[in-house]
Amino acid sequence: MNETTNKYDGWTAIAVMLTGGYLLMVIWPLMLVLFSSVTGPEGFSLEGFTTFFSSRLYYGTLVNSLVVTVCVTLLALIIAFPLAYFMTMFRVRGNRTVQILILASMMSPPFIGAYSWILLLGNNGMITRLVQDLIGVKPPSIYGFVGIVLVLTLQLVPLIFTYLMGAWRTIDVSLLEAAESMGVTGARRALKIIAPLLWPTILAGSLLVFVRAFADFGTPMLIGQGFRTVPVLIYSSFVGEVSIDKSFAAAVAVIVIVVTLLVFLIQKYLAGRQKFTMSALRSIEPRKLTGWSNFGVHAYVYGFLVLALAPLVVVVVSSFRNTLYGQFVAGWSFQSYLDSQRDIWRYVGNTFSIGLTALVILVVIAVLVAYLVVRRKGVLSDALDTMTMVPYVVPGLVIGIALVTAFSQRPLLLTGTFAIMVLALTIRRIPYSVRSTTALMYQLNPSIEEAAVSLGASKPRTFIQIVLPALAPGILSGAVLSWVTIITELSTTLFLYNTSTQTLSLGIYVEVIRGQLGTAAALSTLLLVLTMLSLILLMRLPGGQKELRV
Amino acid sequence: MTRIALRSLRKEYGNQVAIPDLDLDIGEGEFFTLLGPSGCGKTTLLRMIAGFNSIESGTISFDEVVINDRSPSARNIGMVFQSYALFPHMSAAKNVGFGLQTRNVNRAESERRVAEALEAVHMAHLKDRLPGAMSGGQQQRIALARALVIQPAVLLMDEPLSNLDAKLRVEMRETIREAQREAGITTVYVTHDQEEAMAVSDRIAVMNLGVVQQVGSPEDIYRFPANRFVAEFIGKTNLLERDLRQQDGKAVLDLGDGITVDVTAMVAPGAAGRVQVSVRPEAVQVAETGLAAELIDETFLGSHSQVRVRLASGETIEFLQFARRATRWERGETIRLRLDTDMLTFFDAESGVSIMRGAAA
Repeated sequence: MNETTNKYDGWTAIAVMLTGGYLLMVIWPLMLVLFSSVTGPEGFSLEGFTTFFSSRLYYGTLVNSLVVTVCVTLLALIIAFPLAYFMTMFRVRGNRTVQILILASMMSPPFIGAYSWILLLGNNGMITRLVQDLIGVKPPSIYGFVGIVLVLTLQLVPLIFTYLMGAWRTIDVSLLEAAESMGVTGARRALKIIAPLLWPTILAGSLLVFVRAFADFGTPMLIGQGFRTVPVLIYSSFVGEVSIDKSFAAAVAVIVIVVTLLVFLIQKYLAGRQKFTMSALRSIEPRKLTGWSNFGVHAYVYGFLVLALAPLVVVVVSSFRNTLYGQFVAGWSFQSYLDSQRDIWRYVGNTFSIGLTALVILVVIAVLVAYLVVRRKGVLSDALDTMTMVPYVVPGLVIGIALVTAFSQRPLLLTGTFAIMVLALTIRRIPYSVRSTTALMYQLNPSIEEAAVSLGASKPRTFIQIVLPALAPGILSGAVLSWVTIITELSTTLFLYNTSTQTLSLGIYVEVIRGQLGTAAALSTLLLVLTMLSLILLMRLPGGQKELRV
Repeated sequence: MTRIALRSLRKEYGNQVAIPDLDLDIGEGEFFTLLGPSGCGKTTLLRMIAGFNSIESGTISFDEVVINDRSPSARNIGMVFQSYALFPHMSAAKNVGFGLQTRNVNRAESERRVAEALEAVHMAHLKDRLPGAMSGGQQQRIALARALVIQPAVLLMDEPLSNLDAKLRVEMRETIREAQREAGITTVYVTHDQEEAMAVSDRIAVMNLGVVQQVGSPEDIYRFPANRFVAEFIGKTNLLERDLRQQDGKAVLDLGDGITVDVTAMVAPGAAGRVQVSVRPEAVQVAETGLAAELIDETFLGSHSQVRVRLASGETIEFLQFARRATRWERGETIRLRLDTDMLTFFDAESGVSIMRGAAA
């Protein structure tokens, strides 16, 4: 009913430009990776793939990745469900603070978790040493499978938790009362009624956890040691550590994309079979518990909180310890900050200049695409809608590889520049930003634009004076959220930086690899502070609280 | 003041025809209502006049100037939306002033006119409030002020009251009517609520399936519906199927129970055959003699009760009875009804078209 009389206005031109730009900057580089995966020295060849599947050294990484990812996804679900259940059904002291802290742990850079568990339980870790001094026995190693699963699970539980909390708010209390009236209560009710109601959310959250865990590079790189996952293999083969040609790295990248895509499609299929909408007239009122059950619930919630926050506390504390040749020694000072001042300023400067540039471009693109998708339905808009989802299934490392492959020759020589860093970060965040902005745009009543036009406003004027300001609060809080993920991004930019474009998160990675633990801790602390300040800002924004509910 | 003329208008959505071919004339300063069930094309038509919907063929003109190709912003219209469509980030006064701003009205005058418009809808005290902090009724008043303040050539309203509760609806329609009269702006109003249409309109066009069924004053369309659809859509009515005979130059209707009435003066000359008789509830009276009817039920509603009876033919009739009696009828009891012949209307049983004398076929 909302078609307009003049279909071809400036928006058509914008759609064409966006599509063209996107094809050149995102699709073409990814196609090059695909092409390179089936090209050998003498033209077409599937050697990359056959190599991968012929040696356990290689296909074993895929098995490792899948085992880790499935474990992490299941564990995260098993831990997050009771957490969300307790937080909604029962009165938990400091409920709000707990939720904010869990959120903060989710937003913290993923590889900081790995790094700080090394500080705690590594060969020379605080707890390792403590245990060794006390009872003379070395505790089990944190490196390898266990470490990866531990770190990723703790990192991703908050993600599913936030998803579940959001969905829980849509369950009407009368549904639970109905179950109770039929004699179904407690854990049985949780499994028979609540879990099925939350099923679509559980699926969506699990997919996100799966994708993140599967594509994560920082954690297995830092803590995996001999236990190698696919992203680590991609990295090492691409930088030529094991001296295999680039087409092998490309082939592995393609395999990763295919697996992710498969999981994505399975999730879509499963979610499509279970579609229902809910809206709560009366949401669930938390109940006060007493005695042991009250203690148990609090122990669970706060126990998780301690585990989730431990890495952050450790990093901050460590940053004030003295170091010698990168290793921690007795005593406290600002040495770690002061010694690498010049680097720190450079990293911070780059984080802001690159991050903010990417953020502005991201917001502009997301708003334009969302407007096209929602208000100008058509072939181009549909294509844009689908294309902007592509980076969702592509691991950050692969985006990096694609960009290096595409833009390392004239006339598009961008490698090592500021521009390619901005480009990479923008691409990485596009699916998320477009999705959330599209959701905002759908909520905006189309009559509002018509009202403006009927009052004599031109189309550009309507867009600038009415549409943008009306969406501004949502766009702004979405942008802060994007900002947080941009500054904590690591894998995408790993192949693209040089010393003049190194950001805080890259700095941390490099310092950890170099064994400069003190500097790494100081940088991590700065990144954490920056993240927390952003989150506080988000919570102060109108509508920001809503954004945090996912 | 503006006259609106619609000529041979056609609207298609894909290969679906929403409005096949429509002609209408709306007079200067008239309060004109498009009335019909949902999906009848009334909102589509309004949006064509506004310029938000394309026109497949035909013309729309304001004062003899064809405006088909003018953009909505160039048509000088004021529009009130069903969802109010207030700009959520602007205060009441800013909302009302937006149209003046796009017209480059100077600041002092703009402020004066905004204040006047807010005063006219009794909203001056809330001028700094954001739409989110207003009730539906208040938002609708602001929306009305916003549409009127630009002194548009035409005021268009798309079911403006449908989101309000019943009491507020009655109050708001008086406000709308008052404001429109004062401004003297030609107004096209869309609603599916026939009572609302009757209350506010100078003239009403009853629409169904994209076709105008009848145009007339509220009284006209109620008393002389052009066809069965209009009779049933406007107000309540009972339809009885009977035979109309021509006998000795007279038109005689056989009501049943041996009761015949002479309706020569009412129906078109020579009309005969199977007809449907529309009997409004107010045309039915309980009497000593008349059509025998068996009581189905009587619902007590306070000042009156609603009575449902079944005739010997099996047809049911509903009518209202002022509750003056102390005793009520028993279910199954037989009562006698007298029909007020002057208030009956007749339709051809097959086509449903009115066969009343002087009916525009």
